[in-house]
Amino acid sequence: MAEVEETLKRIQGQKGVQGIIIVNSEGIPIKTTLDYPSTVQYAGLIQQLVMMARSTVREIDPQNDLTFLRVRSKKNEIMIAPDKDYFLIVIQNPSD
Amino acid sequence: MPPKRRKSARSSAGSEGRGKGKDKDHPEDIFPLVLTSTTQELFGCTADEDVTKESPYKLLQKDDIMQDIKRRATVSDFCPMKKILLGYPEDEILLVYDRDFTYNCAFYLVLTPEAKDRILNPPKPETPEVVEKEVSKTPRPKHWISLGSEQEIEEESVKETTKKLCYKFSRVRRKFGAPVCFSDRNVADAKDGFLECVSYQDSRFSIKQMQRDCGVQAVPRLQSSSAQTQWKFQRNVFTQYVPRELSDEEKENILQSESLKSFCNSVTPRVLHALQQEEIMNVFSDDWEALGTGAEGGDWPGKVSQDLMLFQAFTDHKYTKDRKISSIHWHPTIHGVIAVALTGKKEAQFIDSTTAVTRPSLILFYSFSDPSNPQLLLECPVDISAFEFCPSDPNIIVGGCVKGQVVLWDISAHVTHLQGAQPSATKVPVNTDTFGIVDHKETKTPVVQHCAMSSSEGCHKGPITDVQWLPPTFEVTRTGLPVENKNKISVQVVTCSLDCTLMFWDVRMQRPNPSLSGRKQKMDPKTQPTPNGVPDTFKHLDRTWKPLLRVSLPKIDTSGEYIPLKFSLEHYICNNNNTDEAAENESDSEGIPDYSQLRISSAKTLRTLEDVNTKLYIGTANGEIVYTDWKLEKDDFGRLLSAKPLHCFSIHPRLVNSVQRSPFFKDIILTTGGCNFAIWKEGVMDGPMLLSSRSEQDYTAACWSLSRPAVFFIGKTDGSIEVWNLLEKTSEPTQVQEHVTNSMITYIKVCSSSSKQHFLAVSDDLGLVRVLEIPKTLYIPSKSESLSVKKYFELEEDNMKVVLKDEELCEKQKKEVEGPKKKTEPDKPTVKSLDLTKEAYMTEYGDFPSLNESSLKSIDLWVATADTPDP
Repeated sequence: MAEVEETLKRIQGQKGVQGIIIVNSEGIPIKTTLDYPSTVQYAGLIQQLVMMARSTVREIDPQNDLTFLRVRSKKNEIMIAPDKDYFLIVIQNPSD
Repeated sequence: MPPKRRKSARSSAGSEGRGKGKDKDHPEDIFPLVLTSTTQELFGCTADEDVTKESPYKLLQKDDIMQDIKRRATVSDFCPMKKILLGYPEDEILLVYDRDFTYNCAFYLVLTPEAKDRILNPPKPETPEVVEKEVSKTPRPKHWISLGSEQEIEEESVKETTKKLCYKFSRVRRKFGAPVCFSDRNVADAKDGFLECVSYQDSRFSIKQMQRDCGVQAVPRLQSSSAQTQWKFQRNVFTQYVPRELSDEEKENILQSESLKSFCNSVTPRVLHALQQEEIMNVFSDDWEALGTGAEGGDWPGKVSQDLMLFQAFTDHKYTKDRKISSIHWHPTIHGVIAVALTGKKEAQFIDSTTAVTRPSLILFYSFSDPSNPQLLLECPVDISAFEFCPSDPNIIVGGCVKGQVVLWDISAHVTHLQGAQPSATKVPVNTDTFGIVDHKETKTPVVQHCAMSSSEGCHKGPITDVQWLPPTFEVTRTGLPVENKNKISVQVVTCSLDCTLMFWDVRMQRPNPSLSGRKQKMDPKTQPTPNGVPDTFKHLDRTWKPLLRVSLPKIDTSGEYIPLKFSLEHYICNNNNTDEAAENESDSEGIPDYSQLRISSAKTLRTLEDVNTKLYIGTANGEIVYTDWKLEKDDFGRLLSAKPLHCFSIHPRLVNSVQRSPFFKDIILTTGGCNFAIWKEGVMDGPMLLSSRSEQDYTAACWSLSRPAVFFIGKTDGSIEVWNLLEKTSEPTQVQEHVTNSMITYIKVCSSSSKQHFLAVSDDLGLVRVLEIPKTLYIPSKSESLSVKKYFELEEDNMKVVLKDEELCEKQKKEVEGPKKKTEPDKPTVKSLDLTKEAYMTEYGDFPSLNESSLKSIDLWVATADTPDP
């Protein structure tokens, strides 16, 4: 528990971070710093995106696997770090 | 004859043995015999070697056989046939190898020569003879044998049972050759035309059919059918879902779990790395784009001209001789059309009106396609000093005359002509029918008369100096109160003139005033015949038009009034709370509104708009900038009077030429007068944000750029144009273009109807309008220019405040120092101040008439009145 908190604090301390969500493999958020509706929305949408990205990478080369996914938009950047059972979503506002 | 098989011993017991055999299984001339192998070798008839099945015949010599018999006596195989052999006539005797044991022995002897011959020489077949016989025979038909088929044929064939009847018709001889008419007749038409044999059931006999042949065929019957389901119970089906959640305990469990910890540990470095990357630099920013102003990127290799290039010059000597231009405006919608108002020069005005050549005043419309001929002329009996296109309907033009009257034109009939004169359009065949009286000859330009002029009582007493339409978002009542404009079109006009008043005019038909109704009714039936070709859009206003509201400009500190030359009001952008009403109104007022049908609505029914800025910036003839409210106030006696202006700034040394509001910021105003210009921010009442230093030449015209918030153009008396860019330099112009015109520039107007080309129209004292093309550098805004300009103005404001505070502090200190001194003489200072002010006033006022005269002469608005001495 403490480790998780520490991780979140470290990430939150970075400049421009708007929110962090930890989601399990089914897309159910476990821990979040955003409000509930946004969390649920992000979790649901991003889970599908991660599934698709992962399957894409693995189809091209079965030995390969997805390590990181960054979605850059006009207003902010969404970073997703997937793992076997969970994935971590960080939303950052770029500095400029 | 199959021989009976009987055991034949190898005994060759004598001939008696032969007789024992009762069954004669071989013919008499055959003698079966068994030969031993030695005998076979002796006689050369070894079985299967010398004699075989194929060649079983062996001829033996009789003598050899006799010798063999003698030699071997009883051992010899031929012993039993000794006697036969003795009686054998010939010398050779045939021995046949009987492989098949037909006579029960391997060999047999043929005893008689005839048999020998017979065996050795079988008779030949007789085949060749038969072949010969068949070839020679030719086929001959066989005789037909009747089998009874001719009976059937006879039954089936059709034969005439009775002989055919032949009738011959002939006519009377005299009718030979005459035409005959045959016709058809049905059998039933004539009575007894036929004889019918009706079938009837004979009761005498009846045949009962015992047997009937019938056939059955199965045919699949095809049937197509359809079914339609009815959605009887209509029911919307929807699902609503709730996102899955984990209960708190589960969350706790997961958070405690090891896998989550390891996950966090593994993921954190990656995420931090990415976050830091973002912080360091933006990988997606386009440096190239950010480098230039954007527009230069495409043109950079080529030569980019910085100057204003002359595009076209418009003049028409017929009309512009001895005239100067008082005002120019671009047509708001038609690209490339510019309207120019001409007024007679000052000298002409001093000629006595009776002897003066009555040349009507004109507004010329020029188009890019034809620089030397105007496309349209608007006529008015009096010279026009200012005009403007209506923002909601570019076909309506309001003009202000030098006599103080307001005039309206409607050019909707000629719009197609103007549009056809666009340079981009190919020569559109002009339909002359729509013009009526206008000739199709190119030399004659269509002339439009004014369709309404204000009444002579109600108009200004002095020449009108500026005229503007109120924006379509609001309108003004008789007391100056801004109310919402239900028509959403511009219906009111504001004019100012040298008689120190501002007037608000309404172009709609006024509600019949009960006091004036009698007079009006008299006027209405006497429908004045409108001259040909004049549209009757504003007929209701002609000669009866009175202003709605009169605003005077009393001076703040002293008596007297300000003399307005130019004014600027804020264009209010209405934020509609009632969107439904707005939508309704929009749908109603689609298309060009019909001004002749509009009526002024009662002020009570309209909603007052609270947030309209009713204050104006007015530039006066003395170089003052007056900030006043147009709303009328009730004074002590209950009369409606205009309020005193809120502020007055004497900034400019001479009269103010132009008061221009920035098209980007609604509170930034540019004023030019004399040899300097000032930029004001509405709301900041302490002074101008920016006051330029005095230049050698007087500034005579100014115009903001329509696309760049920081750029404006100023024209001078020597005919040059200065381009100022607030973001680059504020103390001097960024660009000065000399000798754009040959004389004083009277007006500058920017046009941006085309995105590729931006034009600057410059009019001068000689009646010439030059259109200059604005280079790209001057019309494409730099990155975030408006933001920068905004920031600049805010900075200036803050600076000003700081400066003022400092000044105040200084003043306070001074007062404190001088305070005790002044207390001794309380009355004198006040009197002194009054005297001082009066003196100051006198000195000012002393100069005033001459100053006024000179300055007004310079803009040719000077009307020679009786009490002023002739120059």
